[in-house]
Amino acid sequence: MARLFAHIRFVAGALALAFLVALAAPAPASAQGGPTAATSEQQLLQQLKGGVIAGQVSIPDKKAANLIHPAGRDWRTFHTVTLKWIGGVAILGMLALLVIFYLWRGTIAIEGGRSGRKIVRFNGFERFTHWLTASTFVILGITGLNITFGRALVLPWLGPEAFSAWSEWAKYAHNYLSFAFTIGVVLMFLMWVGQNFPTAADITWFKMGGGMGKGGGHAPAYKFNAGQKLLYWFVVLGGAAMIITGYILIFPFYGGLTVGNMELAEVFHGVIGVLFVALILAHIYLGTLGMEGAFESMVDGTVDVNWAKEHHSLWVEEQMQQTGGKARPMATPAE
Amino acid sequence: MARMKFLCDADRCIECNACVTACKNENDVPWGINRRRVVTLNDGKPGERSVSMACMHCTDAPCAAVCPVNVFYTTADGVVLHSKDLCIGCGYCFYACPFGAPQYPKVGNFGSRGKMDKCTYCAGGPEADGSKEEYEKYGANRLAEGKLPLCAEMCSTKALLAGDGEVIAQIYKERVSKRGYGSGAWGWQTAYRESIAT
Repeated sequence: MARLFAHIRFVAGALALAFLVALAAPAPASAQGGPTAATSEQQLLQQLKGGVIAGQVSIPDKKAANLIHPAGRDWRTFHTVTLKWIGGVAILGMLALLVIFYLWRGTIAIEGGRSGRKIVRFNGFERFTHWLTASTFVILGITGLNITFGRALVLPWLGPEAFSAWSEWAKYAHNYLSFAFTIGVVLMFLMWVGQNFPTAADITWFKMGGGMGKGGGHAPAYKFNAGQKLLYWFVVLGGAAMIITGYILIFPFYGGLTVGNMELAEVFHGVIGVLFVALILAHIYLGTLGMEGAFESMVDGTVDVNWAKEHHSLWVEEQMQQTGGKARPMATPAE
Repeated sequence: MARMKFLCDADRCIECNACVTACKNENDVPWGINRRRVVTLNDGKPGERSVSMACMHCTDAPCAAVCPVNVFYTTADGVVLHSKDLCIGCGYCFYACPFGAPQYPKVGNFGSRGKMDKCTYCAGGPEADGSKEEYEKYGANRLAEGKLPLCAEMCSTKALLAGDGEVIAQIYKERVSKRGYGSGAWGWQTAYRESIAT
């Protein structure tokens, strides 16, 4: 740093000297340390290539020592242009894909029809964790999108006062529910990590396109198929990234954070956030409208045995072995 | 209408911090917030310069562009003001600002930000000029009284200039040509995308 400033001073001094000589100024100028040895904003900005111009302040707020921070301009472009495009394309694109998929494939029915026998798929704790994460995610997603898209889409018809009032509550909800979401993601990680490591069956699943095409047959899968495993790892790793960057933004300047750190955190938070929303839209579709017999696994925790055999054949075999070779008909859920 | 700007002549600033104090007093600035500050570059070394910096009231202000609830507006004088009634304290204007001007009183738990506060160019806010509500939220409205911001008005070395951009640029140019040097109008390149040719 000292060498850099010495270099700047030298250049500035030389330039000023040349300027004075050209004007045949009577006052002799010193190349080092004199009044002409000043650095100018332009030169510093060029030297720093977008870095911070910082000095010393005598007030207690030491972060005020940043004089000029040109990176704010890049962040502005990201937030007002780039993020809107990424978010718009990801979310609207996903909705369009889902509509096309639905028109083509319709609701995927249970081929063998309902057997009338049910098998426990998710116990009470699994469902609690799912809905804790899901409900907070929906609120975090809506309130998060409001920050990026609300000004353009919602403000014009709510009016400034009502939109500000809603957005302030949205901010509080986003900040405080993040803690519940964090608990959900941590529990989900611990609860399902054992069933989400890749297996050989996943390769078959991918080769068969997940059995999602018409007449594509059913790909074998354990408790979670390869698509669900990808979702799981996105929720865990993407969720962790959202949580870390989110807390950086909730706790400004804690632990030596700089404005540059927070800008970077917002970039990751925004991009992963919109991709997260797009992915969860697909998850919601497949869990409800897209597939017959799937949603009940997260309501009372049970699924029809025929549904389970078609979509999670290896998992059913596992369960049967545990219960002595017969698919145990469940008269009552496990809890 | 004039296009109001600030210009700090770093070759005159003596880092007395009187502008900081004057601002705090005139506007009853909340505890912990400095609308104006003096930054010293190369402190204690040859070529040391001090610059008094606050909100520069940028052309095409970044804070206004990123605000999710659109609280900013530019007056006919080119002053960038905001509404504390509409502000939700999200912190985005601070990320976008190249000068670190927006600040937030700490309210409640964690890092909860209150309503943003920044230099108003001593021009108050959206409330009626000179009203009690305006003073409580934003401080003085000297501009409505025909006066310039107090920081510049009382600067002992006249390093800090406030007024119409063309007028203060002319004053600065004359100074530079007379004394033979000048380190430029700090912040102008970033705030107004122009520098003063000297």
